[in-house]
Amino acid sequence: MDMWIKVLYDMSANMILPTTAAFAIAAIGLNVHFGFTGLLNMGQAGFMLIGAYGFSVATIAGLPFWAATLVTIAAGTIFALLLGIPTLKLRGDYLAIVTIAAAEIVRMIGRASVLNSVTGGSNGLPGETYRNTFSALSPFPDGKTAILWFDFDNTGVNGWFIRIVAWSLVVIFAVLVWLLMRSPWGRVIKGIREDEDAVRSLGKNVFAFKMQALIIGGVLGAIGGMFYVLPTSVQPDALGRNMTFLIWTAMLLGGAATIWGPVLGSALFFALRIFIQGTVDILIPDAILNTQQTEQFSWIMVGVALMLLVIFRPQGILGDKKELNFNV
Amino acid sequence: MSNATKKTATEARAELKTVKQTPGASKPDAILVVDNVVRDFGGNRAVDVDHLEVQRGVITALIGPNGAGKTTFFNLITGFDQPSSAKKMFGGPSADKAAKWSFNGKLLGNTAAASVAKSGMVRTFQLTKALSRLTVMQNMLLGAKDQRGESFLAAFVKPLWAAQEKANIAKAEDLLKRFKLYEKKEDLAGSLSGGQKKLLEMARALMSDPVMIMLDEPMAGVNPALTQSLLGHIQSLRDEGTTVLFVEHDMHMVRHISDWVVVMAEGRVVAEGPADTVMSDQAVIDAYLGAHHDTDLGDDALLEEGAMDAPKKEKK
Amino acid sequence: MVNTALARRSSPMSLRVIFGVLLGLLVLSFTLGTGAPAAHAATSDVCVADAETGCFTGTIKGVGAGVKLTIDGNGLNVPAETDKDGKWNAAVTVAGLYTITLDEKTLPEGVTLKGDAVQERDITLGFVKATIFSVDGATGDGADNGPSQAEIAAEGFNWDRLAQQIVSGLRLGLLLALASIGLSLIYGTTGLSSFSHAEQVTLGGLLGYTFANVLGLNIFLTIVIVVILTGATGYIQDAVIWKPLRKKGLSLTQMIIVTIGLALALQYTFQMFYGASTVRILMKNPETFTIGPVTLTFESLWAMGLSVIVLILVGLFLLKTRTGRATRAVSDNPSLAAASGIDVDRIIRLVWVIATALAGLSGVMLGLVLNGINWQTGMQLLLLMFAAVTLGGLGTAFGALIGSLIIGMTVELANFVVPGDFKYATALLLLIVILLVRPQGIFGRKERIG
Repeated sequence: MDMWIKVLYDMSANMILPTTAAFAIAAIGLNVHFGFTGLLNMGQAGFMLIGAYGFSVATIAGLPFWAATLVTIAAGTIFALLLGIPTLKLRGDYLAIVTIAAAEIVRMIGRASVLNSVTGGSNGLPGETYRNTFSALSPFPDGKTAILWFDFDNTGVNGWFIRIVAWSLVVIFAVLVWLLMRSPWGRVIKGIREDEDAVRSLGKNVFAFKMQALIIGGVLGAIGGMFYVLPTSVQPDALGRNMTFLIWTAMLLGGAATIWGPVLGSALFFALRIFIQGTVDILIPDAILNTQQTEQFSWIMVGVALMLLVIFRPQGILGDKKELNFNV
Repeated sequence: MSNATKKTATEARAELKTVKQTPGASKPDAILVVDNVVRDFGGNRAVDVDHLEVQRGVITALIGPNGAGKTTFFNLITGFDQPSSAKKMFGGPSADKAAKWSFNGKLLGNTAAASVAKSGMVRTFQLTKALSRLTVMQNMLLGAKDQRGESFLAAFVKPLWAAQEKANIAKAEDLLKRFKLYEKKEDLAGSLSGGQKKLLEMARALMSDPVMIMLDEPMAGVNPALTQSLLGHIQSLRDEGTTVLFVEHDMHMVRHISDWVVVMAEGRVVAEGPADTVMSDQAVIDAYLGAHHDTDLGDDALLEEGAMDAPKKEKK
Repeated sequence: MVNTALARRSSPMSLRVIFGVLLGLLVLSFTLGTGAPAAHAATSDVCVADAETGCFTGTIKGVGAGVKLTIDGNGLNVPAETDKDGKWNAAVTVAGLYTITLDEKTLPEGVTLKGDAVQERDITLGFVKATIFSVDGATGDGADNGPSQAEIAAEGFNWDRLAQQIVSGLRLGLLLALASIGLSLIYGTTGLSSFSHAEQVTLGGLLGYTFANVLGLNIFLTIVIVVILTGATGYIQDAVIWKPLRKKGLSLTQMIIVTIGLALALQYTFQMFYGASTVRILMKNPETFTIGPVTLTFESLWAMGLSVIVLILVGLFLLKTRTGRATRAVSDNPSLAAASGIDVDRIIRLVWVIATALAGLSGVMLGLVLNGINWQTGMQLLLLMFAAVTLGGLGTAFGALIGSLIIGMTVELANFVVPGDFKYATALLLLIVILLVRPQGIFGRKERIG
């Protein structure tokens, strides 16, 4: 029985992790790209990595927190511009391929031993080297606080401070996206997702709108990346292609083109994966599937879940079926 | 903006009587002037129009057999396609051979579709492009021009655009009532029938008060009753001063409402003139008879004015 | 309707072609038999996981040879030592929990261990377990996640190295072409950009490992078996997944996401069954021979030769046989092809079989020439495949071939200009440039793109 309680505890703990919040922010960004505008961005992890490097390298170079954050935002914007200019005039598949390629390039550049002094190469940058400016902002006293069944540091690596900040940002960004999407700007974006030519014939500069959407989602991805690495470390391989696919799964699970879908999807996604892994670990003896293999098994389940989700319930949990049988 | 408000529709049509009935004839008050528009697809020259002028404030029909290049030509002058004769940075045709068209006095060549629409030339599509997963009202609101809330930063601040939105909604409701779509305004556009989608597209195009509206086969797939209603709408558009250019196959309809007819065949303009005389033009007969020898160019009975409003009088 | 007289004439042609292939393969396997023997026992330096053995492995980047480790547990005490690439491995014959200890005193000057020197791992016989030790201050070449062959740092240029790199580029290009043609044909006939095609390549390589290494079969027999098996997976995929989804009316975007889910599931399935570390198809260290400035392994040579033969066959199939022409027709315009009486579903099924079979072949041969295959090998090449296909023109087989050769050359020749880590990045950059300048690729048609 204890083991089940541990599984439940792990699930709930995972749901409120700061990395889960970061993941949710990136998912909100992807939702702006795909759910609302119909852009097939297959490189959201690349935006996250660019944001992570932007923040950490800037901080290590001595910039204060707010300046480093601006660098993060600028990095996301420039990356979006670089990706968008060649591809937004082409068909959706091309954007998908280019975004994957660009994300890989960022990862390879980050890994390159040539840039070891800047990016830490394949070993990455340890969290201590850039975390301090953020921790210094914490208004909480030292020590631990227990809320519900959680007992964390106030301002530790995974403490309350970063959790509160990260999740507050999730809420703020969700609300901002909501404001955007119910405005005339949002209406044009949704029209573009439907049929670009129709919107063009009504006098709207479709390229400009798509670019704006790309930048917004990209900056959200960069900020997500920044908060993803604050409690951990900058590891280029951790923010690679599989991370992008996981964000897609979370977004689709919660419901693309909804405001809270990506958030719900992210929290549920982490909880479910732990649940599957924990359950399989408990129920199936080690001789058949040991711990490492149950972890691999849970990832297999993620892949299968993604397939089933997109085939049988593309609108996810919160989505509206009428609004979301997407076609390209 | 245009002279049409000063001049009535009848005056505009009257001016047409003075125009020579040859391809590429110049018009006394041309709103659209097109030069050297050529479009090649591989070895096939789909469009080759030397010169064409469209008179302001009247209804001009663009007709011709299938494959004549009408829709391609449409796409070219509305910015949805690039002419092969377009001016290029390197290479390309010399200035006098390059494609050139001016709308309402402004030179347009090499312009994107959105800018064309912004300058007042709005088009509809042969296969309707109603934005299915948006509501009818949202479709209409998208047609409105210069909504400040469409700019990214202003979008966050509702007071900046709320008043405009209300005005647009009122205008949309008027148009929807006119096109008999008012009850459907909160329904998803995808749930409308084919004919209703056509009406929606026309209503949406009118939201921006276009100077010229270009209809690509507005009667395609439309039942006869709705055809009558659409014809009425098009005529009232003209009477209010909007220039209309439409592509059509249906000769009955063309004869009934067009003030001027341009005939295309194999990418070129082969004839121009009022509907009744164009039909007896030898070049037109050649172009059509070449493709469909036995085509009935229209039931004679329908040539009489008013035959469409009074079906009881129709001779069999 | 297709001219039946023509059909009768071209059928025998395709049969003759197939017969010629089999004969050629047979001849090849006898004459070159000595160059690629079946391998059973592991050589003393590389651990092979089988029914009685589990393997612990690891790579410590940049430390070079001589770092010592011990693996303790279950009554065993096994020593291990890194080779010049920092790789070490140890075989254990009892399943269970082991403690792996790195002897920090054996680390080179200036290099320190990050994290714990002692790690615990659970192992099952027949599996390979990776253990990661990270170090600080290593000055050796940062490992890239690409092929494990020796990397030539971007030093200077000389004609000898140019020749070597050109041949390497040709080899990579040919193997890439095998995989890319299928990708391009799938796109052409169904409109689907299949992100799981990479896993078909990996599957081929891993099956090659299973048959040639674990089961010890002759390499050519292995190749035949692998090709048949991977082709079968294509058949099953179309029957069970793709055709029903097409009938269901799923949009292309949804299907692309399905391929992504499939790719994820397959990758981790591979990892679950084959472990995380790189496995080799042939155990013997490859023999090389030298022509002028160029050094090649025998495997590379006949892999290239086989690729050329297969590519020519595929080309002949597409150009000369009735089915091949039908395939090109469907790839060009499915509805028009259907209207002219071609059974589009049957053609698509065939395309899936051919595509996956070719990818499997590519995987086995890549495993041979790259001296190892792991669960990620295909994924690393996926982008190169997309680059090749886009460069050549989405939907054209010939374009995929040319594009692959160009990409292969770019990757290998990039070594002259940029450090080894960046060679894949160069190819990807080329992809982005192509999209800027000529998005339909070399042979593609403009209408397909926007």
